[in-house]
Amino acid sequence: MEDAGQNEGSTGTQRVKGSAAAREREGLPASGAPSAMAEGATGERPDGELIAGVLAGDTASFEPLVRKYQPRVFATARRYARRESEVEDIVQEVFLKAFRKLSGYRGDAPFEHWLMRLTVRTCYDFLRSHQRNREFTFTDLSEAETHWLDRFAVSPAEVSETEAAARELVAHVLEKLSPAARLVLTLLEIEDRPVKEIAALTGWSPTLVKVRAFRARAEMRKCLERLTREKKL
Amino acid sequence: MNLTELQRKLLATARANPPPETVPYAFEKRILARLAEAPAMDVWALWNRVLWRAAAPCVALCLTLSAWSYFAGTDAASPDVLAADLESAVLAPFDHLGDSL
Repeated sequence: MEDAGQNEGSTGTQRVKGSAAAREREGLPASGAPSAMAEGATGERPDGELIAGVLAGDTASFEPLVRKYQPRVFATARRYARRESEVEDIVQEVFLKAFRKLSGYRGDAPFEHWLMRLTVRTCYDFLRSHQRNREFTFTDLSEAETHWLDRFAVSPAEVSETEAAARELVAHVLEKLSPAARLVLTLLEIEDRPVKEIAALTGWSPTLVKVRAFRARAEMRKCLERLTREKKL
Repeated sequence: MNLTELQRKLLATARANPPPETVPYAFEKRILARLAEAPAMDVWALWNRVLWRAAAPCVALCLTLSAWSYFAGTDAASPDVLAADLESAVLAPFDHLGDSL
């Protein structure tokens, strides 16, 4: 997968110098100097100003950016990694990459979009590097998960989607999928994102997203077939 | 078992249970500390980058030279001429001996 930072271009002069609209969206006034109106309602410094500060060599300006966006990055990373230590590693990698590639951020889209693109691509890299470590087999399912499946086999309409066992089961099924299948199913089916947005996030073409989504559904179905066969359901 | 319904139900489960946005205490401080301790320039990373960048021109140069030597070799001298040259060079001392006897 291509690097988000690379896609954004890398010339320092281009940074935070997108369209006037984008600059205002980022909280940076079109004329250049930050104004009181550009500041957020909470009195926090706007993103554009913080980014300009970091690029000028003030590393401390990066801290408010991390504080502001880390909840979303953590939530995204938790979609792909289960252990909290792995989640923290992913988030740390995202912010370190963001810091290194900040000069490539042109400012023609909100900083959050750029950061989420970086996050999704880092998560995908994580999945690819850990795909051989997926040791879990369906025979290791807990009693609660097996019981949920038994109840589903008898009466699909009556089992709840909010049960912890169902959450564990779906996590295990997703872990069995290939990195690309897991990524595209998560973005398309679970997060309900449009194909165009997924293409922008992943760097894949819209056609490739559709093809991979089709394959991912088939892969998940095959996985469920194996699960029901192993569990003799 | 209805696999289509199971798939739909499991995806609905994942959709209904988004992961929490909780953040470990002072995580941003950890990031800043990592940034502070990171070396300004990783020499090995730089070397690695330079090597990768040099790989393509080296391959291109190698291919160009191979093609040039292949085509130039066939035009400049045929194997017969080269063999005659080699023979005269090797036998040159004996020619001298023959003259003196």
